[in-house]
Amino acid sequence: MSEKLYSISVEVNGVARSAHVPARLSLVDWLRDDLRLTGTHVGCEHGICGACSIMLDGEPVRSCLMYAVQADGHRVTTVEGLANPDGSMSVLQDSFCKCHAMQCGYCTPGMLIAAKGLLEANRHPSDTEIRAAIGGNLCRCTGYQQIVDAIHDAARRMASGAK
Amino acid sequence: MKSAPFEYLRADSIASACEALRREGDSAKIIAGGQSLVPIMAMRLVRPSLLVDINEIAALKFIAVERDAVRIGACTRQALVERDDALASRVPLLRQALAWVGHVQTRNRGTLGGSIVHADPCAELPLAAQVLGAKMVLRSSSGARTLAAEEFFTGPMVTATDSSECLEEVHWPVWSEPRTGCAFTEIANRHGDFAMVSAACQLALDGEGRCVRAAFGLGGVGQTPLAFPRLAARLLGTKLDEAVVKSVAQDAAAQTEPGSDLFATADYRRHLAGVLAARVIRAAQEKAGGGK
Ligand code: FES
Ligand code: FES
Repeated sequence: MSEKLYSISVEVNGVARSAHVPARLSLVDWLRDDLRLTGTHVGCEHGICGACSIMLDGEPVRSCLMYAVQADGHRVTTVEGLANPDGSMSVLQDSFCKCHAMQCGYCTPGMLIAAKGLLEANRHPSDTEIRAAIGGNLCRCTGYQQIVDAIHDAARRMASGAK
Repeated sequence: MKSAPFEYLRADSIASACEALRREGDSAKIIAGGQSLVPIMAMRLVRPSLLVDINEIAALKFIAVERDAVRIGACTRQALVERDDALASRVPLLRQALAWVGHVQTRNRGTLGGSIVHADPCAELPLAAQVLGAKMVLRSSSGARTLAAEEFFTGPMVTATDSSECLEEVHWPVWSEPRTGCAFTEIANRHGDFAMVSAACQLALDGEGRCVRAAFGLGGVGQTPLAFPRLAARLLGTKLDEAVVKSVAQDAAAQTEPGSDLFATADYRRHLAGVLAARVIRAAQEKAGGGK
């Protein structure tokens, strides 16, 4: 079947990427299957679990609820884009390791994106604000407490200047 | 790829979106935030041949505070509506309702107009629109018309919008009474889910704490979000004592037509409707500085 293709240009983790995609290709499938950026996970594929969270123009959104063609001309950050430029882990990622904020890791990319969005808007989040920020991300393993601890830890370290 | 194939048009103006709708008729569909549309397209419950994307139309994204109303562009993101302090001081019910809508990620992408046009009878923004009597401005290539919420919501996921029309803006009335208070509450399986039952109320009190203006409604217990203007009128002139609030809330619950499902029976939902209606009237009274 020949389906019409649309040309798109998207800045993904600071790199300009172009492609020809069918309109019905979801953004997460484009990122994972075509760009091979498999850090972003897919769980439910209909907006419930948060595993597919990415930043669109700096704000966390669910990439399973967008078509790739809609991202044309926009800026996307995936979990691969969170590391420092030299490839070392960012404070936020390091805090997740330190605080044991993951077990199987399935929810982790989405949690990191949600946390990143929160910390960019709010440098000193309360417990309640952290819980609200990750409220749309399901984790089947950790019981959430270590994730909340990790985000507190990252906020503290970032406030004292760590990168 | 889970959706059926479709063609895509990124509209750069309201006029070009309306023109595409006119040309394609029923088989075209508008996509705004897509937070409900994309899943139902993935389930193939909806199979448009053309998707008209209005996300890039700047003229559909604004919050304009006027004397008697706040006008909000249909494609304004829910997160922006939630954060706007000028809006929150004039139409406080919106921020209260949005606290129950989805999650950060869905509010960043989801739009005010998208939720209203989707018209889920369990959704929060349609209930707020129904309770406050918001007005929807519908644009087509042959002009514009304005519908009040009560004419706009016609059934579950059904509105009076014609297939050639695009929701352009929503007008939210501003109450001028100095002692105005409002409240929104709901019971859902998980916070952020659609409500099992939701309730919203806005009322105004005079200097003695007597109710001078009242509106309330219930979501999730009928074909559309429900408002109860006749019952709200029974609150006027009273000091909202226990007996009045209880009887009004009970009568509202009796008028609902909830369904049963895996999670709750119709009886339980009707019971919740009465409890939440009373609770929300009381909470609005307290916000208006009355009671106690
Ligand atoms: S995969 Fe997108 S929210 Fe679950
Ligand atoms: S660590 Fe397994 S789902 Fe969160």
